[in-house]
Amino acid sequence: MTMIDNSNINKIPTVELTAKDFKTPIDVRWCAGCGDYSVLAQLQKLMPTLGIPREKFCVVSGIGCSSRFPYYMNTYGFHTLHGRALPVASGIKIANPDLSVWVITGDGDAMAIGGNHFIHAIRRNMDLKILMLNNQIYSMTKGQYSPTSQVGAKTKSSPFGVIDYPFNPVALALGSGATFVARTTYSNPKHLAYVMKRAAEHKGIAYIEIYSNCVIFTDGVFDKWTDKHYMDENAVFIEDGKPLVFGKNKEKGILIDNFAPTEVELNDENKDKLIIHNEKNLALAQMISSMSYDNDLPRPFGVFLDVNKPAYDELVNKQIEDTVATLGEGDVEKLMRGIDSWEIK
Amino acid sequence: MEKRIEIANDLTIRFAGDSGDGMQITGNLFSNNAGIIGTDVNTFPDYPSEIRPPVGTLYGVSAYQVHFGSKKMNTMGDKIDVLFAMNAASLKVNIPNLRDGAIIVANADGFGQKNLTLAKYESNPLEDGSLSKYTVHGIGVSDIMKEAVKDLNLTVNQVERTKNFFALGVAYWLFNQPMDYSIKWLNKKFGKKIEIYESNVRALKAGYEYAKNSPEFTFHYSIPNAKPEPGFYRNITGNEAAALGLVAAAKKANLPLYLGSYPITPATEILHHLSGYKQYGVKILQAEDEIAGIASAIGASFAGNLACTTTSGPGLSLKVEAMGLAVMMELPLVVVDVQRAGPSTGMPTKPEQSDLLMAMYGRHGEAPMPIIAAKSANDCFYACYEASQVALKYMTPVIVLTDGYLAQGTEPWRVPSMEELPEFDFKYADNPETFHPYSRDENTLARPWAIPGMKGFEHQIGGLEKENITGLVTQEPYNHQLMCGLRADKVARVVNEVPDAVIEGEQSGDLLIIGWGSSYGAIKNTFDKLVANGEKLSFVHLRWLNPFPANLGEILSKFKRIFIPEMNLGQLSTLIKSNYLRDVITYSKLHGKPFTAIEIETELVKLLNKE
Repeated sequence: MTMIDNSNINKIPTVELTAKDFKTPIDVRWCAGCGDYSVLAQLQKLMPTLGIPREKFCVVSGIGCSSRFPYYMNTYGFHTLHGRALPVASGIKIANPDLSVWVITGDGDAMAIGGNHFIHAIRRNMDLKILMLNNQIYSMTKGQYSPTSQVGAKTKSSPFGVIDYPFNPVALALGSGATFVARTTYSNPKHLAYVMKRAAEHKGIAYIEIYSNCVIFTDGVFDKWTDKHYMDENAVFIEDGKPLVFGKNKEKGILIDNFAPTEVELNDENKDKLIIHNEKNLALAQMISSMSYDNDLPRPFGVFLDVNKPAYDELVNKQIEDTVATLGEGDVEKLMRGIDSWEIK
Repeated sequence: MEKRIEIANDLTIRFAGDSGDGMQITGNLFSNNAGIIGTDVNTFPDYPSEIRPPVGTLYGVSAYQVHFGSKKMNTMGDKIDVLFAMNAASLKVNIPNLRDGAIIVANADGFGQKNLTLAKYESNPLEDGSLSKYTVHGIGVSDIMKEAVKDLNLTVNQVERTKNFFALGVAYWLFNQPMDYSIKWLNKKFGKKIEIYESNVRALKAGYEYAKNSPEFTFHYSIPNAKPEPGFYRNITGNEAAALGLVAAAKKANLPLYLGSYPITPATEILHHLSGYKQYGVKILQAEDEIAGIASAIGASFAGNLACTTTSGPGLSLKVEAMGLAVMMELPLVVVDVQRAGPSTGMPTKPEQSDLLMAMYGRHGEAPMPIIAAKSANDCFYACYEASQVALKYMTPVIVLTDGYLAQGTEPWRVPSMEELPEFDFKYADNPETFHPYSRDENTLARPWAIPGMKGFEHQIGGLEKENITGLVTQEPYNHQLMCGLRADKVARVVNEVPDAVIEGEQSGDLLIIGWGSSYGAIKNTFDKLVANGEKLSFVHLRWLNPFPANLGEILSKFKRIFIPEMNLGQLSTLIKSNYLRDVITYSKLHGKPFTAIEIETELVKLLNKE
């Protein structure tokens, strides 16, 4: 098989890259105060640290506010169709497994119109990094409820309140067979940077749900978990090997009681019985992911799961390599003749 | 006993039986054999869409029709000359297709009471005189075969399963063909299962000997050789030819081939074939849906592969939005649509030519795409190959139209060598200093292909309208009109790859037949016959439907009447009328079946008499 030989045009000397090298000259057109800015800044900071040449990054998006992302990243960028970023990115990755492919999507793009692609790209463990910027609203179309909007939310298309139940995106990703799943927020750049770096280092699908406040339509919808006045009581940051504790003075914790996560005030008796997070444990990740959705527990942030299995793009190319290794490179002319040909002289 | 020899120039025969009777293999072996000995062949497998329908029923009948003879066989044949019927049901459903005086070779054991009831016969047609129009040979195959293999230790079922080879043996005698090729095939297939091999070989020979020695078979046919040009030949279906066309194109273009596809009748075999070509570097994603199939192919194209997606009508409907993206992105892509009877689920296994206008116009916005339609099973190879050439040279998605008839039918194909296939001509971006994603080649208007991984060519593009040359997002009014015009002009320039249309027959005059796609065979047969009878007639067959050949307008102006047979309500007719402001006579057929030569002849004769 042949790959493109462009050695003769690679004349630009390699230099150390910085975040600046990943910015494009065009103006960013998100609203002032949009949570997406924070994610853009962190990705521009992260990419030059990964030891990957800039031309090997490909940023792919669907449609929506967050999907304007590729235009702001000085890499190869592809702004695709509503919901279809994942299959386009899958094709790119299969065609050239050498690339680092990042998919930027939103809650409408990934969970509604692209829901089918979401579960299947994850199921295949395609080696893509998915940043889903969740603002609980269709903001580009000026404010209709999305599959992550809360029940009761009043939007342009739900003036009497939303009556459908939202997805728990982390649980959906885990249920689809994801090998890396995390949740973070625009409001915590340090955590955002950490989680994105972890995703970059993961081989296989990496899904990050990122809360991104929409200042126009859903301003404050995440405050409970992201505002410094409330977050200590309502958010728990999970870390591998560490107990689930939260509260202003880390005075509360989560343990398992009767097979369900349960909140407790820490005391000498229960402090050794808390859930110790284990990123390799799917059942645990699923249980933790249910917190705050099916109960009044704090909402978990951090890396839920990080396990390894071969990625689709690896396997599809390996099948080709293995077949070529055992049978030799195919002779197309022979293939065309088939096994039943005859010669007329 | 000396038997008469009857010379025939072409014959249509049909092997028909129950779905489990091996009719497809039998028909396939016969058609290969007919090709090997130098007759030309055209076939049509006809089987139920159910996978294992109930045994012995009318809707469970599976058949394989072979039309073979001493000249170019352009169609699957009209009326059946010889029917091999393995049971009562397969006789019943095929009676309407028999010509008067046809020969019926029937397995008498398939006409027991149970079979007759299932076939809704009140009495045994082999015995009640109802087949007096035909020559009927009812043969008790079971008893003959039980005797022939009694030393082989086979189960009753295994003996029963040899009956198709018995029928094939009868056919080989009746059409004066050698058996050794089929024996070799059996050896390859069952060589290790010696008893199965042996029993089938004995069945083949028993059938042959039976016909040779039975006083009821008073003659056998002899079909002169078609004198094919020298080379390697094989029988090939349209779907396999399409798969090979894509592989050959990728090889010649020196690119990996990528297929993103979702299973759909009758296109699925292209996916099957390409999935088996790992050794040839073919990358496949069997996607979660039709949309993901094409979307992933667009991604693979962006990343530098020769990318394609394969589908049929309902799938094409789903791919529409993504085709528009490929138009906007100006990326090479081959979309193969194996047309079937619609709308909606329609008749999935039945062919139609009703997606032409959708291929032409079925996208929102001004989104032109080149369209090529294959005219025969083996032309599916060339249509896919040429579509790949145009896609890469012009940086555009291209639609290939085939249909269920071409997809499943076979004909012999003189396999080209890689050397004789035309070269590819396309360009990568070559200078990062001057690179702009939407600059254009001055001849083709193709934009440069800069693929991820190429240093210095990083760029960001998508489905939003973009500024000419720079590719930057813009809604500037005059720019949008310019870009719509450029995209249309680019597709119009594909005319430079389209050979001039060739008029067969009279170069000007009264009546011009225009055909497209799979109806080529039926039209050509009729045309040849009428011209041989001295009729003044002309015929143009179109492969490229967008753009049309440059000389088509001039051709149309030379004729008084234009006659277009098509398997739709007049879609090519609409295009001809709107492009050339010419009225046309449409002959429309929507039966889920290809045209027969007789149907077209009847219409033509009416027109010729009305002059």
